[in-house]
Amino acid sequence: MRGLAQLRMRIRMLLRRGKAAERLDDELEFHLEQQIAENVAAGMSAGEARYAALRSFGNPGLVREQARATWNWGGLESIWRDVRYGVRTLRRTPGFAAIAIVVMALGIGANVALFTVVRSVLMKPLPFKDPDSLLRLYEQSAVDDEFPFNESAAGVFAEWKKQNHGFTDMALAGYTGYNLSGSGEQLPEGVHAAAFSWNLLPMLGLQPALGRGFTADDDRPSANPTVLLSWGLWQRRFGGNPAIVNQSVLLDAKPYTVIGVMPAWFAYPDARMQLWTPISYKYSPKDMETLDSHDFLTIGRLKPGVNPAQAVAELSHITLTIRNAHPNQAFISKAANWRPLLDSLVGDARTPLLVLLAATGCVLLIACLNVANLLVARAAARRKELAVRTALGGSRMHILRQHLMESLLLSAAGGGLGFLIAVGIVRWFVSSRHDLPRAEAIHVDPVVVGFTLALVALCAAFAGIVSSFSARGNAVLGMLQDSSRAHSAGSARTRLRAVLLAAEVGLTVVLLIGAGLLLKSYARLRSADLGCETHNVLTMTLALPDARYHEAAQRATFFAGLLARVRNLPEVRSAGLLCQNVPGSGYPGDSGFVINEHPPLPPGKGQYALNNCADPGYFKAIGIPILKGRTFDDTQQPGHLTQIIVSAAFVRQYFPGEEPIGKHLRTYGKPGLEIVGVVGDTRFSPGEAPRPSMYFPLYALDDVNSAALVVRSDRDVTALALPIQRLIGEFDHDLPVSDVLTMEQVVGRNTVDASFNATLLLGFAAISLILAAIGLFGVLSYIVAQRTSEIGIRIALGAQRQQVMGKVLLDGLRPALFGLVFGLAGSLGAARLLRTMLYGTRPLDPTVFGAVAAMLLLVAALACLVPSWRASRLDPMQALRTE
Amino acid sequence: MGKPNDLVQGTLDLLILKTLSPEPKHGWAIAKRIQQVSGEVLQVQQGSLYPALHRLEQQGWIEANWAESETGRKAKFYALTTDGRAQLEKETTNWNRLSAAIDLVMNEG
Repeated sequence: MRGLAQLRMRIRMLLRRGKAAERLDDELEFHLEQQIAENVAAGMSAGEARYAALRSFGNPGLVREQARATWNWGGLESIWRDVRYGVRTLRRTPGFAAIAIVVMALGIGANVALFTVVRSVLMKPLPFKDPDSLLRLYEQSAVDDEFPFNESAAGVFAEWKKQNHGFTDMALAGYTGYNLSGSGEQLPEGVHAAAFSWNLLPMLGLQPALGRGFTADDDRPSANPTVLLSWGLWQRRFGGNPAIVNQSVLLDAKPYTVIGVMPAWFAYPDARMQLWTPISYKYSPKDMETLDSHDFLTIGRLKPGVNPAQAVAELSHITLTIRNAHPNQAFISKAANWRPLLDSLVGDARTPLLVLLAATGCVLLIACLNVANLLVARAAARRKELAVRTALGGSRMHILRQHLMESLLLSAAGGGLGFLIAVGIVRWFVSSRHDLPRAEAIHVDPVVVGFTLALVALCAAFAGIVSSFSARGNAVLGMLQDSSRAHSAGSARTRLRAVLLAAEVGLTVVLLIGAGLLLKSYARLRSADLGCETHNVLTMTLALPDARYHEAAQRATFFAGLLARVRNLPEVRSAGLLCQNVPGSGYPGDSGFVINEHPPLPPGKGQYALNNCADPGYFKAIGIPILKGRTFDDTQQPGHLTQIIVSAAFVRQYFPGEEPIGKHLRTYGKPGLEIVGVVGDTRFSPGEAPRPSMYFPLYALDDVNSAALVVRSDRDVTALALPIQRLIGEFDHDLPVSDVLTMEQVVGRNTVDASFNATLLLGFAAISLILAAIGLFGVLSYIVAQRTSEIGIRIALGAQRQQVMGKVLLDGLRPALFGLVFGLAGSLGAARLLRTMLYGTRPLDPTVFGAVAAMLLLVAALACLVPSWRASRLDPMQALRTE
Repeated sequence: MGKPNDLVQGTLDLLILKTLSPEPKHGWAIAKRIQQVSGEVLQVQQGSLYPALHRLEQQGWIEANWAESETGRKAKFYALTTDGRAQLEKETTNWNRLSAAIDLVMNEG
């Protein structure tokens, strides 16, 4: 009964609030009339009666407010009133509101975007069954201590799997690639792929989205060839048609049965993978027994309750036992090692992402400080209004609430806008950074929305509370008197603003120095000499399918024929072939060797060098100088491998003070290859120092089934890409060509990380610098406006204008100087964090620190110049008359 | 002499309900009535009266009606609802028990 009546009342109070308010006024008016009538009846005059009635009634506005406060939805109403009031005040100063909202939006947007990325990449558990018990297992190399986290040899893995007690299961994976033949109109395509042991998917707790996974029967050398497609490849190449399952596709000209399609998010070992095949089918039994060729990725699942260190210690023991049993194989590892699977996937991305997140945190802090600063300025301008309101009975709590509401409105608008910005940034980030591990896991989800809301609340509270410090503690009377005449009061407020500014400048300095260090490092990286020509050089990779180019002679004929045709093309200045990884594009692999002319190495010791193979014209084609001797001669044909070329770093390390030409290397299963030449050093990655390298003659090797074609021209080399591809098509229309890139693009690809981080951080630093400059300008303008009459008096009393200007300038520069000092001190720590991301740049690089300090002072001086100049131009008469 | 703030909130509510029990009244009449009956001791100020009336109305103890007053002007008349009457009885019993108890304590020794 009563519940119903209350509900009715609730609805009425919600829907007919305006009417109720009218009636309340009417009711109170009636009361007053009654009182007047009574007073008149008691013999007062009309005027007296009204005055007495009003006096006994008290403050009608207050009574009205207090009665209203008892109504239903009262809390909601007062919040709504604050919102409306806040919107109104903000609309009165649209410039201020717009600046504050944009500042907040930039800060919040950048943070939400980075948070989304960091959370998805670093924090979300891997989407596998019980991911915490999955370990990535490594071998610890016995040669030097250069590879504590080396890949596994398949033979060692087999022993681990057989003998261990700490793991429920272990699986093996290897990178590989295939030629996917086109059907109908489609062009052939070289695809990145991985080979798995059949138990990998069950171990991860995964099922293909379509069809089935591999079985133990598929994972044998004699099995029928089977393949799992990636979701992307299935959509792109096969139109997402489920009928593809159980059909066959041509990989390296051999039919493979498609047994399933993996879910869209699945990308192991990395995002480039297009398809997967069983590992024992892909690799020969001999490959799978090798003990010292570190080619494979191993994952293990710990038994419940087993300590990873203990389990891996057992693997180390197994490894050492194998090593001791084969003393002549120097490259067998001495121990095992491990990392959580998640760390192994995102390891390199962690530091840069956290640095960027910290940077966005700084930007947000600066944004908040700036908005707080603006609010303080407004609070100062509205002192009188606040004093009047306090005098009229506005409670302090109420005024504080309105203060917070205003900053909440700004933050909420900024947060809304920032969220949109963040969605845009995340989309751009995912599409521009394919190389980022787990990029496919980056999504804006409810947690991110929650994070945005939390940020909004935090910013609102921060900006609101900091700025309301300035409104606190001033006696009403004092405020009223204070604002009755604009002398240079409110020094507490000015000090607060100066502190905020110094903090802002300090954070800006940290960001600028971080950006400066990364930029310098990036410039170093880009200008690192790869050791070869990079201008107008085009590279492309071609792979010869085993099925059609089975004999080494067939391949040699193909390569030689192709090179001859390419060299004959007009515009082509020179052309050459390299087995893999042109300079700057990554680690090409390495091999052990023995120098026949040197005394034998102690047992268990090994020497290794990067290996690659090239046609005789390669060095000239790409501009690697032949420092000594000559290139391979025509005798290096299939079945006749006798020569080898080494690099300058090789000579420095292994032939110090000796003549290398004519010496012999035992490697690649050959008893003695004669060193015929020494060539200049190259870098496999722009950030890596040159390493000892060996080049085998390409035509003489019997296992080369892919090669990189390098073409140099005098003009724009990209124009040659199509004619060359057409030429290759004439040789073999089913031969895919991949990675068609100029050398500049190759380098760009491998420095994208550095450029990306440097650019982003520079962007953040630029935003901060602008914010800090705005802050400085605003504060100083405000101080000058506050002190107009004081300055007027000074000038009237004979102060020199330069003196005035200098004094005001100093006032503005003081917080900037404090901020600079604190910022430089903070940068010492920040730079240390950046150390691992730097190349050829010291963390405490004096040029960067100096340049940042100089730039900051310049910007600060510029920001302060206008207000101080204005102060010095004051007309004393006008200034004194201002009030 | 009781200042409005001295009236415990629940007590004012009880006084209002009691005053309304014989017949509906408007706010001014309620204040006057309490003042008269208490022998001018309890003076209910508007600042307490109207918030209390509105609160009781929101809670459904009393309901309001606009009718002509004795002077012919429209005024807001408050009346007890059924629930309000029940509430009055309950509060009266409570009050009696409480005041009797206080009496006992005050008169002891």
